Amino acid sequence: MSVAPSVTPTHSRDAAPAASRRRGPWLSVAGTVPFFAYTAIFLVLPTLLVVVGAFRSREGVFTLNGITQALSERTIGIFINSLVVSAVTALIGAVAGALIAYALATAPSGSLMRRTFTAFMSVVAQFGGVMLAFAFIATIGINGMVTRLMTQTVGFSLDPAMLSTLFGVGVVYIYFQIPLMVIVFLPALDGLKPQWREATANLGGTGVTYWTRVAGPILLPSFLGSYLLLFANSFSAFATAAALISQQTIIVPMEIESALRNENDLGMDAYAQALALGMIIVVALVMWGYAVLGRRASRWQA
Amino acid sequence: MAGVNARAKSGAKTFRVVVIALASVYFLLPLVSLADFSVRFPLTGKVDANAWLALIAPDDSGRLDLLREGLFNSLVMAVMTVVLAIGILLPTMMLVRLRLPKLSRIVEFICLLPLTIPAVVLVVGLAPIYAVISTKILDANTIWLAFAYVILVLPFVYRSLDAGLRSIDLKTLSETTRSFGGSWWTVLWRVIVPNVRSAIVSACFITIAVVLGEFTFARMLARTNLQTSLFQINLSDGQVAAAVSLLCLGLTTLLLVALDLIVGLGERRRARTLAPVTVED
Repeated sequence: MSVAPSVTPTHSRDAAPAASRRRGPWLSVAGTVPFFAYTAIFLVLPTLLVVVGAFRSREGVFTLNGITQALSERTIGIFINSLVVSAVTALIGAVAGALIAYALATAPSGSLMRRTFTAFMSVVAQFGGVMLAFAFIATIGINGMVTRLMTQTVGFSLDPAMLSTLFGVGVVYIYFQIPLMVIVFLPALDGLKPQWREATANLGGTGVTYWTRVAGPILLPSFLGSYLLLFANSFSAFATAAALISQQTIIVPMEIESALRNENDLGMDAYAQALALGMIIVVALVMWGYAVLGRRASRWQA
Repeated sequence: MAGVNARAKSGAKTFRVVVIALASVYFLLPLVSLADFSVRFPLTGKVDANAWLALIAPDDSGRLDLLREGLFNSLVMAVMTVVLAIGILLPTMMLVRLRLPKLSRIVEFICLLPLTIPAVVLVVGLAPIYAVISTKILDANTIWLAFAYVILVLPFVYRSLDAGLRSIDLKTLSETTRSFGGSWWTVLWRVIVPNVRSAIVSACFITIAVVLGEFTFARMLARTNLQTSLFQINLSDGQVAAAVSLLCLGLTTLLLVALDLIVGLGERRRARTLAPVTVED
């Protein structure tokens, strides 16, 4: 019996982890329930509601009404507006952003100018939505500073009404597209090794050879990937356009808003869901392309 | 050869200075205009600080009540979102790392999913859920939007916490605590949380920045938050809207700069504290 006290603790010490290992998985799984339950309600369920709801009437019967409505000529026109404004602003943003990123990449990586400007870019990339729309109204709107200064000095100005057109929305979007490009493309430029340029020169290549045969092909997947990210960024944007234009719907998110907030016609739910499904499809394709390009780009980042 | 090199170098410098200067003008112009707009009366061109003074005036006959309500709601939701997001995610991530490594891919996938689903799409699916919440479970108060905001910030919170947990030896820390008789609660609250403090703080800041800037959910579900009230105020009083926008932007900038500093400090401190441990090993 005198041995027992010394045995029991050792025994229990051994047994405790074993028992908890046996019970462990189930207890641990139980511990993740809040996370999975929460994301099921607020993330998975809404997504499913969109996908399923696009094919269901309010009474829960299968219908193609929403889809047919979404395939009407007017709605397709709105989708084309969205696609065009995203494609164009992403292209301008990508080219201008790549140029700025290149200028930054030529600076030594610790330099004050580079650090300050990169930080400034990450702040500006966050500056979107309603407040950005106000800023542009204050710049080139009817009482804008640039409008005023231009009329005072050169006697004419940009048309202030431009801001409430698709073109104007595009002009404002470029303001947040460029900094996003700088942030996502700068690492790719930093990944270019100076040895590659030296090797090209040693083999008799010129600067043009380097850019067209070496750096260009290496950067291309990153550039295209960043372009797609910018595309998705403006395709999903809503607040800026909503604050600029109040009278008409010109892009898909605005059409979703009017369908969703329409309380007279409850049948609009399926339409809103069909529009959202259309957006999911576009963004999924874009993100798939982004993933493929990302794999290609990472080949040179070892 | 050296001459060519030097010429190329100075060429690159000129190019860099010109591009950065032009870009700075482009990016600063709307901000300067916004400041100008907030102090200049549109019709007469008279410059005064009335819009700014109105923000701190004790009584303005209800002109800014909507804005105050929006700001209040957004601040409350920022706190709720921070607490919920970290409260749900941190224990889950800790458990997954220690006990259920097989689930780590799926948790990561779910957390990053909101990056690929536009907010406008998500809100369409959230509308019927919020219809149930406002009629059957809670009420139509704006602050319940915080539940949906947790989803919006999930990717950012996940990334900060992931980086924080990656940088500590979670297994050793928890086994040590457990073998000294500490409960799982002690592991989480007294050991893990203090060790990933900077990751938690950065998750908080990005969450606050996202919640204060959120417009889509509130607008689509017809609630009043900071951005939707700014949207409304702008229709009647553009100067106040401009002033508040600048304040908001300043606050967000401060948050992001502080975030950058905290992350930097955390990394440096970790490098210092980890060094002796490796020597002892």
